[in-house]
Amino acid sequence: MALPIEPRPAQPGRVLGRVVRRKEDPRLITGTGSYVDDLRLPGMLHMAVVRSPHAHARITGIDTGRARSMPGVRAVITGEEVKDLCGPMPVGWSLQGLKAPVKYPLALDRVRHVGEAVAVVVAESPAAAADGAEAVQVGYEPLPAVTDPEAAMQDGSPLVWDDVPNNIAARFPLSGGDIEDAFRKADRVVKLRLVNQRLVPVPMEPRGVVAQAHPISGELTLWSSTQIPHILHALLPGLLNVPETRVRIVAPDVGGGFGCKLNLYAEEILAGALSLKLGRPVKWIERRSEHFMATIHGRDQINHVEAAVSGDGRILGIRARIIADIGAYHQLLTPAIPTFTPFMMSGVYAIPALDVEVIEVFTNKTPTDAYRGAGRPEATYLLERLVDTVARELGLDPVEVRRRNFIKADQFPYNTVSGLTYDSGDYEGALNKLLEKIDYEGFRRQQQEARQQGRLLGIGFSTYVEICGLAPSRIWGALGAGIGGWESATVRISPAGRVTVVTGTSPHGQGHQTSWSQIVAETLGVNYEDVEVLHGDTAVAPHGLDTYGSRSAAVGGTAVYMASVKLREKARRIAAHVLEATVDDVEFQVVDGQGRFHVKGAPQRHVTLAQVAAAAFTAHNLPDDVEPGMEATVFYDPTNFTYPFGAHACIVEVDPEDGRVKILRYVAVDDCGNVINPQLVEGQVHGGLAQGIAQALYEGVVYDEQGQLLTASLTDYAVPTAADLPSFETDRTVTPSPTNPLGVKGVGEAGTIGSTPCVVNAVIDALAHLGVRHIDMPLRPSRVWAAIQQAKASGGGQPA
Amino acid sequence: MIPAAFAYHRASSVDEAVRLLQELGDDARVLAGGHSLLPAMKLRLARPGAVVDIGRIEGLRGIRRQVDHVEVGALTRHADLAAARLPAGLEALAECADRIADPQVRRRGTIGGSLCHADPSADWPAAVLALEGQLVLVGPGGERVVPAAEWFVAPFMTALQPGEILTAIRFPVPQARSGSAYLKLARKASDFAIVGAAARVTVDGSGRCTGAAVGVTGVGDVPYRATAVEDLLVGRVLDDQVIAEAAARAVEGVDPVSDVHAGAEYRAQVAQVYVRRAVQEALGRALSQPA
Amino acid sequence: MSQDSRVRVRIRVNGDVHEHEVEPRLLLVQYLRDVLGLTGTHVGCDTSHCGACTVLLDGEAVKSCTVLAVQADGGEVTTIEGLAQHGRLHPLQEAFWEHHGLQCGYCTPGMIMSALDLLNRHPDPDEETIRRGLEGNLCRCTGYQNIVRAVQAAAARMRAAEAAAAAGGGDD
Repeated sequence: MALPIEPRPAQPGRVLGRVVRRKEDPRLITGTGSYVDDLRLPGMLHMAVVRSPHAHARITGIDTGRARSMPGVRAVITGEEVKDLCGPMPVGWSLQGLKAPVKYPLALDRVRHVGEAVAVVVAESPAAAADGAEAVQVGYEPLPAVTDPEAAMQDGSPLVWDDVPNNIAARFPLSGGDIEDAFRKADRVVKLRLVNQRLVPVPMEPRGVVAQAHPISGELTLWSSTQIPHILHALLPGLLNVPETRVRIVAPDVGGGFGCKLNLYAEEILAGALSLKLGRPVKWIERRSEHFMATIHGRDQINHVEAAVSGDGRILGIRARIIADIGAYHQLLTPAIPTFTPFMMSGVYAIPALDVEVIEVFTNKTPTDAYRGAGRPEATYLLERLVDTVARELGLDPVEVRRRNFIKADQFPYNTVSGLTYDSGDYEGALNKLLEKIDYEGFRRQQQEARQQGRLLGIGFSTYVEICGLAPSRIWGALGAGIGGWESATVRISPAGRVTVVTGTSPHGQGHQTSWSQIVAETLGVNYEDVEVLHGDTAVAPHGLDTYGSRSAAVGGTAVYMASVKLREKARRIAAHVLEATVDDVEFQVVDGQGRFHVKGAPQRHVTLAQVAAAAFTAHNLPDDVEPGMEATVFYDPTNFTYPFGAHACIVEVDPEDGRVKILRYVAVDDCGNVINPQLVEGQVHGGLAQGIAQALYEGVVYDEQGQLLTASLTDYAVPTAADLPSFETDRTVTPSPTNPLGVKGVGEAGTIGSTPCVVNAVIDALAHLGVRHIDMPLRPSRVWAAIQQAKASGGGQPA
Repeated sequence: MIPAAFAYHRASSVDEAVRLLQELGDDARVLAGGHSLLPAMKLRLARPGAVVDIGRIEGLRGIRRQVDHVEVGALTRHADLAAARLPAGLEALAECADRIADPQVRRRGTIGGSLCHADPSADWPAAVLALEGQLVLVGPGGERVVPAAEWFVAPFMTALQPGEILTAIRFPVPQARSGSAYLKLARKASDFAIVGAAARVTVDGSGRCTGAAVGVTGVGDVPYRATAVEDLLVGRVLDDQVIAEAAARAVEGVDPVSDVHAGAEYRAQVAQVYVRRAVQEALGRALSQPA
Repeated sequence: MSQDSRVRVRIRVNGDVHEHEVEPRLLLVQYLRDVLGLTGTHVGCDTSHCGACTVLLDGEAVKSCTVLAVQADGGEVTTIEGLAQHGRLHPLQEAFWEHHGLQCGYCTPGMIMSALDLLNRHPDPDEETIRRGLEGNLCRCTGYQNIVRAVQAAAARMRAAEAAAAAGGGDD
């Protein structure tokens, strides 16, 4: 991109960087939004899915006769027919030596996890489809299941796929620096085994899809509750054997995603295929109970960590083995997610050596994939638990150990041992601001006094950096991505002077209509209210790479900004022509909220942007080399990722009698570079904190040894309510990103990444004097209590 | 999400409901507030062929103060009880009601429906046991009364006979200087009890305990009266040590269950802690009554 | 009575009376969404936990996924669509907007209806009362904090409006 793009300053502008009311909200607060389930089309059929009750079984036969004869049932499809309807499910990431068994949207002859789709029934009403699905008789011959990834890797373990020995899907090594030297020099080796438990994403809107094939032309429109309409557009036509020019994907209002809607699911393929087959619209809406078994899960790693540490608390090197339980097969990005962990394993610290192996293991469970943070929370959790353990073992203060290991503010751009280049940062600055807010010494005194009374108070810290702004396409491809990382934006001004923005991002709660309007209103000098943002429909926004990985502001927002500037430049050339001045002599200025061009030194010689737009469309008087119309499109491919960071602290009280953990304070100082809208940034942080705290204290998927899912609904899977969470105290430091002209970094996952280890560190701090060294998440009362009992029994405590 | 199809019958009187149940036989289920039955039907864990809706029967909802007892109609909603003004000593009723599930569920769910559903982790059983509720049943053979202690037979199974309907629960008005309390541990707000403990304590003028009842839910496979605890409380002046000593027997004779939420050992521990705290709370309330 | 016998229901929804023959198994939320086309009330779970389907039934917040349409026969239902009056947003809607009490918006209608019930019972709730009062509604986006702020702000505005009305300064 050859445009001279000046960086925007960090301070708020007229609209950019300020709080404005969201444009999305009027429809959402009045119940007039349009989610997939709200869509009703004439002749629409309803699909229900028959799912496996077994973790691992051979299908001995399927009797669809009764189902087919039920009132309203129009079609029943099983694995036998599925190959005629569509191709196998794609894997969007490649790794060296990756085992990627062929998986169709319906099981062919064997089921490999509870909830795997075995058949679908299409009927005239949701009730008829449910009744029909219940009437499908499937014969199963149960097979031994494997649910523990470490056991799965052993010789002789049951195989999830017969041609994948030891159930190992991939090994991904990553190393840098001289690890042998680090351990030679170490005064101490600190070891940890951590379980980063499996989670269910639970966006409040379950998944859903409506597919409408035109019975004559075969054109297919597919509405899906998805984060990635454009990626679906790239994948679905090939699977359904329809030219992509005849496929339109729409993501209407989407009720949250958190990564789980960054995928191509069996039901999307099947709804499309069945609509094409039957010539009628087909709708499928996920029941929440299905979500727990048929939508991807997140996390699920076992980390064996060894750190070489000097006597003064410096981490000289980390050696780790990461066993990632990826479930029964690959969803779209399953192989990628665990490989992100080692890249972020040096975190905010200047760690000179790293040696990590990631082992991805198949088990008889729901596949894992991206869930808020996607591989980075796992790295931060590992590292922040490690730093606290180092401090504890050396008798040092955890804050001091962090300081000693920090990358310093004057070291940026900083090349990490894992091969990344951090764009900018001031980790100590964020920590200092955090400490100002919490009165650390005061708390330590309070903690001592409380212990005298038998009360258990603890404080935990977490300092983190994450990788956002996905992604420079070249690097993305080198890592294994099947797609690029750019984003596109079109900005156009109507003859009447109103602005339309078309973005390739696909928001599902983030508020891009608001944020992108702010960017454009600021850049063009138009009213915030006069900007419309269109997204999530491939017929309207043909090019884009959608919304995930905190990429939208840094990549999509930048594309919007650059398209605005490009359009303004075109307008400037027309303005110069109209004003009979040279282009270099014409300046853009916003006066009274209105963008206009004037001749340098002669502000009275001006035309407004609206006047220029009108001139561009009448085209009566344009320069010879300028086309009519007022529209600019930019494809922006970032040169680097962005690296937001922050410092969090949490104060907890633990009830020694029942193990309950109460968060007394949670303070977060985050730095996501410049901000477009502080209120939206704060909202993202709040939501992220809630999800990160939920992992620390409440949520966790439990399978029994036979692979039965014991946490299969909101009854048994504990998503926290308002009464379970504290009020957060949030603040920011601002270290602009030099990677993009907006100076933004991204904030969607920050809270989730920072908070999980922070809470666990606080609980361990409260119990450390009793001899508790670690508790695996979620820190439910029963586990905390058991850890206290165990520590007492082994006499591991120190005097309070 | 969608229940299997069923025939719907709306009863306008208890007699009609009893008659319908007799006619329809085993295939029929009684619908009160629907907050136990409908969730099971939506997941098709329950699929009755017929539903007898008793929700509109006059006179089954409400709290009536009688001479020596308080009669709570079976259709009385949790929220009604949470907001009720109850005689001293029955505080645990309101406290328990207020901790059930969430506000919306409390608006619809009924005490009678919950007691008939008999989920071993439900809140009501603890309070109804500790307050020595008497369950009034009407069936083809007329009315009979079952004490709470005999009501819970097995998980999700009660002393209710086919064709019978629970119409009311009678709670004896406790003697002067009585107090009661309900405490529960759940994984998170609005959740079922991992352990729920209700206690009622009566003291005499000298502070000696003249009566005690303790109900525990969530711990065993059925809710139970912790009689071993009660025996150690009655007749003694209750100080922290006496209460702790008694509460330590909270799971005597009970096999605490283990499930995905908590192990047996933990349930046993928490039962003791929560029984102790509930007794302390109840005692405080009793002592605050005029002698 | 056979299993497919339909039952006649008469329900007043947002002020308008509707009469339909419905299957007994039809849930109130399905009646609102599928029969009446009022899709502002959402379904977020199948176990009566999430609260996205919350509406007022006879003035009280209920989970419309756990009420049969036949149970609501003769009743009066208010949904999110019935909250704004004469094109003017309800103070709760205004406050959710102003205080960023929503992100994806899916839980929002149910959350607002629960908050309305809460404020009907507690016109001046403290933070804990609000948090406990919203226990029956899950939100995955906001961490609840801005929802709590919005409910506090709406409560203040509603109290002020009531005081003004009581002082004779009521508008319409």
